[in-house]
Amino acid sequence: MRIPLDWLGEYVELPADVSGAAVAEALVRVGLEEEGLHGGEVTGPLVVGKVLTMEPEPQKNGKTINWCTVDVGNSADSAKGSDHQGIVCGAHNFGPGDLVVVALPGAELPGGFAISARKTYGHVSAGMICAADELGLPDDGSGGIIRLAERLPGVDLTPGQDAIPLLGLDGETVEINVTPDRGYCFSLRGVAREYGLSTGASFTDPALALTDAAPAANDVGHPVEVRDDAPLRDQVGCDRFVARVVRGIDVSAPTPAWMATRLTEAGMRPISLPVDVTNYVMLALGQPLHAYDLATIDGPIVVRRARPGEKLKTLDGNERSLFDEDLLITDGGERGLGIAGVMGGSDSEVTDSTTDVLIEGAHFDPITVARSARRHKLPSEASRRFERGVDPQLAPAAVELVVQLLVELGGGTVDAGVTDLNDVSGSEAIVFDPQLASRLVGIDYPDDQVADVLHRIGCTVETTGTRWRVTPPSWRPDLHTGPDLVEEVARTVGYEQIPSILPTPPGGRGLTHDQHARRIIANTLAARGFSEIWSAPFVSDERHAALGYPVEAARARTVSLVNPLSDEQPLMRISVLSTMVDALKRNVGRGVKDVALFELGLVVALEDEQRQAPTSPVGVLPAPELLEQIRAAVPPQPRHLGILMAGDAAHAGWWGKGRPADWSDAVDAVRSIAEALVIPLTVEADGDAMPFHPGRCAKLTLADGTLIGHAGELHPKVVQALGLPPRTVGAEVDLDALIAASGSPITSRPIANLPLASSDVALVVDAGVPAARVEAALRDGAGPLLESIALFDSYTGDQAGEGKKSLAYRMGFRSADKTLTTDEVNAARDSAVQAAAEATGAVQRV
Amino acid sequence: MSGPNTSYDPVEVAALDPAQLEQAVTDALAAFDAARTLDELKAARAAHQGDKSPLALANREIGALPPSAKAEAGKRVGQARGKVGQALKERQAQLEAERDERILVEEAVDVTLPTDRQPLGRRHPVELMAQRVADLLVGMGWEIAEGPEIEAEWFNFDALNFDEDHPARQMQDTFYIAPEDSGLVLRTHTSPVQSRSLLERGVPLYVGAIGRVYRTDDLDATHMPAFHQIEGIAVDEGITMAHLKGTLDRLATELFGEGIITRLRPSFFPFTEPSAEMDLRCFVCRGADPDCRACSGTGWIEWGGCGMVNRNVLTAAGVDPDRYSGFAFGMGIDRALMFRSGVSDMRELIEGDVRFDAQFGLEV
Repeated sequence: MRIPLDWLGEYVELPADVSGAAVAEALVRVGLEEEGLHGGEVTGPLVVGKVLTMEPEPQKNGKTINWCTVDVGNSADSAKGSDHQGIVCGAHNFGPGDLVVVALPGAELPGGFAISARKTYGHVSAGMICAADELGLPDDGSGGIIRLAERLPGVDLTPGQDAIPLLGLDGETVEINVTPDRGYCFSLRGVAREYGLSTGASFTDPALALTDAAPAANDVGHPVEVRDDAPLRDQVGCDRFVARVVRGIDVSAPTPAWMATRLTEAGMRPISLPVDVTNYVMLALGQPLHAYDLATIDGPIVVRRARPGEKLKTLDGNERSLFDEDLLITDGGERGLGIAGVMGGSDSEVTDSTTDVLIEGAHFDPITVARSARRHKLPSEASRRFERGVDPQLAPAAVELVVQLLVELGGGTVDAGVTDLNDVSGSEAIVFDPQLASRLVGIDYPDDQVADVLHRIGCTVETTGTRWRVTPPSWRPDLHTGPDLVEEVARTVGYEQIPSILPTPPGGRGLTHDQHARRIIANTLAARGFSEIWSAPFVSDERHAALGYPVEAARARTVSLVNPLSDEQPLMRISVLSTMVDALKRNVGRGVKDVALFELGLVVALEDEQRQAPTSPVGVLPAPELLEQIRAAVPPQPRHLGILMAGDAAHAGWWGKGRPADWSDAVDAVRSIAEALVIPLTVEADGDAMPFHPGRCAKLTLADGTLIGHAGELHPKVVQALGLPPRTVGAEVDLDALIAASGSPITSRPIANLPLASSDVALVVDAGVPAARVEAALRDGAGPLLESIALFDSYTGDQAGEGKKSLAYRMGFRSADKTLTTDEVNAARDSAVQAAAEATGAVQRV
Repeated sequence: MSGPNTSYDPVEVAALDPAQLEQAVTDALAAFDAARTLDELKAARAAHQGDKSPLALANREIGALPPSAKAEAGKRVGQARGKVGQALKERQAQLEAERDERILVEEAVDVTLPTDRQPLGRRHPVELMAQRVADLLVGMGWEIAEGPEIEAEWFNFDALNFDEDHPARQMQDTFYIAPEDSGLVLRTHTSPVQSRSLLERGVPLYVGAIGRVYRTDDLDATHMPAFHQIEGIAVDEGITMAHLKGTLDRLATELFGEGIITRLRPSFFPFTEPSAEMDLRCFVCRGADPDCRACSGTGWIEWGGCGMVNRNVLTAAGVDPDRYSGFAFGMGIDRALMFRSGVSDMRELIEGDVRFDAQFGLEV
């Protein structure tokens, strides 16, 4: 909403020479958001020009420019003795004869853009033909260059005339954003009231005089009926409908320049007198209005819900299929004249041949209007106001102002008939403890201060007793509860008065084990060279297929979006790797060849069918069973760790070659975090876990068999399908499962100090025997004296024998209470070898 | 070798001649001195202290002397040998020290060579920022709660007093989970954790919730479809807006430095009443540039919404709003990082370019 200061000053006392910034600051103080300041940014010669000639000249770069001569009246450089300026223009939406806006040399446009005569495309271009955005104006639908005759219909325009006041560029405007609870601030009336509230300036409600001036309702007005047989949420769709008729209007009469300027400054485009008048009154007072061509209306106006299959052609020319919740304005109950509070129909539109108009000023149910605007994707000036709440007592005043202006400016005559269908129920009184303000805000507000604020915002206050009865004004449908009134007190007195005091909580328990563990994991990985990233969790069937996931099973495991950002990514991810791969590619594409990434993030892991989550009304604690159903419908979303690595794990340098990342880096990364959390991991080969290489994938499980994830090299097909660097390795780990295995206190054992005895053994086993099994058997057989075991060589080749491999281990033995003898060490070693032989068929090499 | 000879006159025995002994000592000392290396010293030692050296010879001759002469000759030879031994030890130590020094010089390397065989990884700066906020809250005695990102509509909206038809519900740019009546959304804010915490932990409650939230915004320099929020909720007896301001001031000071100017400004949110926006003084222009791009010339940067917990939020979680009051706030972590570290393009936060992380070390 744009607020022209001179207009604002009509309703509230503004200091002389007040700046837009000062007004904005005052409005922000009471809760209107500042979006920007406009006006005064265009200086210097900006004039009306008439295009005389226009020669298209194709350029080498493929563009076509127009070489124009423009009549700019006597504002042109008189030294040249001509009224005509040569101007180069790149836009094409105008032609000879059009009246345009010309910035002449010496002008300065918004952003400090100075205009001068300059040589371009082989001509001296003496100025610029302007588009709306170049002047900081809202678009007027022209699609480029402003065509003044269309933008300001009926306004006298002469070449050379100063265009700055014509376009409202001289007046300052403050652009504000109106929060949903302040519907009344979609008007100068409302904003002026807020300015008065903020500054104490004297406010004059323009609606008061108009209400007084409006004639009383009578029974000779145009008949109006509301037949709402399906109110939404018990609210009748229309509880107020004022209708008056003005006849004999000259619809081609010009909109006066002052009104056109105000509309333009407020961000609206002048269209025709009747439309401009209704828009002007809406902006001034906040009441959406509609003017119908009376000649097209057949019979009484009937307000009803739409019927199944009913259609309506709206003002924007679209034929719309109606929804049964839409509220319609009809004539005689049959033909639709418009969707109430959203948009009028084209049948009853005011046209060039219209002479008599019916003015509608109504109050429609906010929910009805909001739903219709949403369903038809038709947010309009009217619907924006109705869904946030229009003052239901405003319609007579607003229609009166429309009538006055149409009579005065369009030469019409008003009918004596005045229809005012009024079923408005007054605001309900709020029972209010004035001390609540002090209790919630932390400032000691005296009762009389509270009462004063409530009066100033328009409430009626009965202050007898400790519980007051406060009746909000008709324009404040947002005020329902004590805290609503507290906010009024706090913002009027000023939020800046609120002191800053730290609360004193009873003392917390610190981070949870999960939160600690996740930090340990992330820090461990960072210390090992992995960089943390995060990615948007949106994927597709195609991505799942590329990763080798069975597409149907993957879909069954997750949920999809109704409104994805891209139709190509409608699914939520089931693995972190599935979205991390894009970041890997991006890094490689940007020339970073050695990349090690990790991400901690949620994935979806539906075990059963997706369940519907029930809902429950606001402000009510759901019954335990219902609450449980709501909770249970939320799909399981375990936190996963993804790891991806490509290029070198250790850099090449003056010390020698780099070491390419391989499967073992991925496995070791996972092992390291398990070790950091003191969780024993079991590692086994897994030949069937996409997206991993069937021969280079480790399955990682806990001691109790719980699967926590996989690590290894990615499947070559996956690498190829996704365009990843060759031999990319990675891991996907269920962190929740991993962390759940940690967290109990660690038991310490005494550290033995007696000498360590070492013994080496070389074992030959079948090449397919996993090293982990051999080691486990050795540990088993060696008994309690074994302190350490390390595989220091793994050899396949002639000396090991066909289909065999040789594994060389160094075992360290130590006793806590005596120095071991050679016999004791040998016995333990032999027992270890014996166990390995039994478990894996290992033969000791001698 | 000659045996004992009682008639032997020591002075007459050449090897024991004092002059000769002195000469032997002089020769030995000169030879040690002349040795330039430990190897040369070893040779000199063999020549002058070895079995065939004059002094060893003299020592042997002592045994052949008559007992009367033994003492004197022994003393003389002993002194000579002592002198030589001492000189050798000194020279040995000297040469060893020289050798050690030389080796250290020879072993010198260029310590300015690169050493990054195994590069350090990084945490994502947004996560580090989140940790920082979590630590601040925990330090103040709060706890950190979490919730799901795919959330029941009831928790995301209704429990927070967003009625089905509330205009604010339409402003949220929500991702809906299929089918249309699933009752599930991608949470649009961390606020559902307010209700979850109230229901699970009861009151008094001082809880922060940090996490990822989603809105249907296309990715550009100032928008992301996914971003991070820090939510705070405190519900206790006697909680006021002054406590809200105190908590936010503390957070702002800790995150943006002493002297940061904050302001509360009236606003509207369905789940708070009274409601406020918290603004920070523009980091770029400090309110001095009407054409500032960072703050659109307003001088203030919106940091987040806050207010006193709406009665309907408390009752929907089974808390008595006549006994308890509370405040809540929700701030963008990504925005906080952008302010704090001058990140101008949001895309850098989500693209996963390791060079972005690398700027931050393990600290923001």
